[in-house]
Amino acid sequence: MKPLLEVRNLRKAFGGVRAVDDVSFALAEGEFLALIGPNGAGKSTCFNMLNGQLAPDGGDILLGGKSILGLGPRQIWKRGVGRTFQVAAIWGSLTVCENVQIALLAHAGEVFRLWRPVAARYREEALALLGDVGMQAQAQRPARELAYGDVKRVELALALASRPRLLLMDEPTAGMAPRERNELISLARRLVRERGISVLFTEHSMDVVFAHAERIIVLARGRLIAQGDAATIQADPKVQETYFGSGRMLARRRA
Amino acid sequence: MNGLANASSLFFLSAGLSLIFGVSRVVNMAHGSLYMLGAYIAYTCASKLGGMLGFWGGLVATAAALALVGTLIEVLLLRRIYHVAELFQLLATFALVLLLSDVVAALWGVEDLLGPRAPGLRGSVEILGHNYPQYDLFLLFLGPVVLAGLHILLSRTRWGTLVRAATQDRDMVAALGVDQAKLFTAVFALGSALAGLGGALETPRQPANLGMDLSALGDAFVVVVVGGMGSIPGAYVAALLIAEIKAICIGLGTQHIAGVAFNFSKLTLVAEFIVMAIVLIARPYGLLGRAQGMPRHAAAMEDPLKPAGQALRLLALAVLVGLLAVPLLAEASPYTVVLATDVLIAVLFAASLHFIAGPGGMHSFGHAAYFGLGCYGAGLLLKLAGLPMAAAIAGAPLVAALAAALFGWFAVRLSGVYLAMLTLAFAQIVWAVVFQWETLTGGSNGVLGIWPPAPFNRAGIYYLLVLGLTVLGVLLMRRILFAPFGYAMRAGRDSPLRAEATGIAVLKVHWLAFIIAGSVCGLAGALFAFAKGGISPETIHVSRSIDGLVMVLLGGIHELAGPLVGAPVFTLLQDSVMRQTPYWRGVLGVVILVLVLVFPLGIAGTIAAWARRFAR
Ligand SMILES: Nc1ncnc2c1ncn2[C@@H]1O[C@H](COP(=O)(O)OP(=O)(O)OP(=O)(O)O)[C@@H](O)[C@H]1O
Ligand SMILES: [Mg+2]
Repeated sequence: MKPLLEVRNLRKAFGGVRAVDDVSFALAEGEFLALIGPNGAGKSTCFNMLNGQLAPDGGDILLGGKSILGLGPRQIWKRGVGRTFQVAAIWGSLTVCENVQIALLAHAGEVFRLWRPVAARYREEALALLGDVGMQAQAQRPARELAYGDVKRVELALALASRPRLLLMDEPTAGMAPRERNELISLARRLVRERGISVLFTEHSMDVVFAHAERIIVLARGRLIAQGDAATIQADPKVQETYFGSGRMLARRRA
Repeated sequence: MNGLANASSLFFLSAGLSLIFGVSRVVNMAHGSLYMLGAYIAYTCASKLGGMLGFWGGLVATAAALALVGTLIEVLLLRRIYHVAELFQLLATFALVLLLSDVVAALWGVEDLLGPRAPGLRGSVEILGHNYPQYDLFLLFLGPVVLAGLHILLSRTRWGTLVRAATQDRDMVAALGVDQAKLFTAVFALGSALAGLGGALETPRQPANLGMDLSALGDAFVVVVVGGMGSIPGAYVAALLIAEIKAICIGLGTQHIAGVAFNFSKLTLVAEFIVMAIVLIARPYGLLGRAQGMPRHAAAMEDPLKPAGQALRLLALAVLVGLLAVPLLAEASPYTVVLATDVLIAVLFAASLHFIAGPGGMHSFGHAAYFGLGCYGAGLLLKLAGLPMAAAIAGAPLVAALAAALFGWFAVRLSGVYLAMLTLAFAQIVWAVVFQWETLTGGSNGVLGIWPPAPFNRAGIYYLLVLGLTVLGVLLMRRILFAPFGYAMRAGRDSPLRAEATGIAVLKVHWLAFIIAGSVCGLAGALFAFAKGGISPETIHVSRSIDGLVMVLLGGIHELAGPLVGAPVFTLLQDSVMRQTPYWRGVLGVVILVLVLVFPLGIAGTIAAWARRFAR
């Protein structure tokens, strides 16, 4: 089957730092793919190029077989790519529900409507989405008052509002307690499976990654050093050396 | 050559501004005022003491005095505002402009004062058949000397290393255990001294006058932005560039191009701002500047919009009924009707500024441009095109919208202080064009005799027209803010990144918002023209742009009702208090400082905060 997303020899340097260095990988339709790597490995840089926020220095990105190189975030969003940010970003001066309503209005192409008030527009759909991510009870609160974990959930709802084909999640569980992390990833996994969405996500918690990802790719200092299922990655000597240092952490896991 | 000599004092002025910005991230609007103060102090030294000591010693004394003034300003004011939103910093330092302007007027009077020529450098030198004053040559060399001196200070001394470190990463310096407060004070003092020196050096060439502060500020902005905020060599390069362009424009004089007489010397005012606009567009961080950190937004503290409740609707209705009754006073107190008309026009002006500054997050420092264009648009359509008043009032918003479309296209690409300076620059361009295009606009005199026809020639009736259009304009903007477009504006302000990734075309949304605000503002300008019976360049002046911001802040930038409260209070205050004293500028300055330091939420904002606390 043709992959949904194909990344070919992607490169990006900041000054002398090769943040992403000749990275190639593919993501099949319906896959739940984890991108892992130590801090500064180039994961977020990779994401920023995938959604058009950063222009790559070289390489190509194909979505459904077509290059999306040179397109901006909005055009890539139009082609069905949603994303969440490492530092969660929602609109603080709107209520939680209005946040999702605006995402739905944007999806419907109604951003430039000047007359009909937002209040009742897509309210039901917004509440349903919030229900999906477990945030319905807080729908009326100003978004800026939310706890960080809840902001992450709302962000997920925002990204789902446009019914994307591909969802990019940059550390969706950063700043959460371990139990919460597992819950959120399970939730995300269930939601995308129901909707037939493919996912690329980064995550620092190995427990979460090994428990949920169908396939894993590993970046270190901008280079892709391994890919495969959880067992392959755990056994990979290169991964153990460069990523886990002494490999103690893995040893503990296996024990 | 003349340009090169001018470049030096422009460089001193701008280097100080740039240095201060680099370290403290505050754009010091009062920098031109320090320059002016320097000129006046040097004048006094040179003319009262006289001789070598008076002039050359005066230069040193001026620099020292300005360092002291700078220290005072930093310790008393700036320290309190390093952590507030940029808009407040800009306004607080602008308050100093107003205060210092009145201080200088009180101490030295309003006459222009030309200082004596520099002792020892009175002659001139012949180079390539031209005579050049020795003093100009001295200035020409002083620029690079000071540049080198600053360079050595910044790169070879421990203090300079700290300043450079602070420019790059403020937290790092704090982590090094350096007394940041002292560093900031010292930098501000040095920057002020440089500005003062710049002003002092100009006294033998140009008279010290009260208009120097704003014109120097405009020049310094242009230089710093063109050169790159925080870059001293950039400031030098840009000062040379700007001074040369000005000198060339003057040198060219009137030329005939394709049979049309074209007066280049009139272009000087416009030319520098055009250069700045081009640089900002092509290289947003200036020729030698580097990208700065993310802009700060005060918006994070804002509450979600709520539709007006029963009580608020009743209040609005009561106010409207009261306003409708004002013409009944036409006989008893004609002035009340005139004042009420002014208030309504101010409301429309402030509401249109709030539209982009509040929900749009674009803190325009040049909103008067659209007011003035509406004003001139209406006046000229009536006078020159011979249109009836209705058509003139309808056409004015279109004129303003066209300009807003042009300027806004560039402005929405920037944020924070860059947006503030670009909008200011555009307004100055409009002002300069209007001021100098005498055949069309009547120059500094403007155009008189723009009176509304019957029945609107009666103040009461015209007032009702203004009331109707103001209510219409305000309600229209309110409606838009509750519609998807208004939400998209706020989404683009709260998190542009998230908005783009969610399919909101932030630039386009903010651009359209800019145009809407511009055209409503143009309507206010048109109403103003007919209310005053004439138009003058004063309608476009920076001070009107600042007045607008003060109205918005006075009412509360985070409240939809903010401008509706702030504009009347400001206008009535101006009418009652400020007309009583020749030092109204100083009074306004104090009002601004109190607002920024004590009531950042404004009147409506403070009331809303109380109401919320009460409701809990
Ligand atoms: N805008 C930028 N300018 C300069 N360097 C950058 C920029 N963005 C990222 N880098 C550098 O590129 C490298 C990769 O950063 P990136 O944020 O992609 O890493 P990451 O894998 O997401 O790390 P983390 O797990 O900490 O989020 C780092 O060395 C970082 O310092
Ligand atoms: Mg990252």
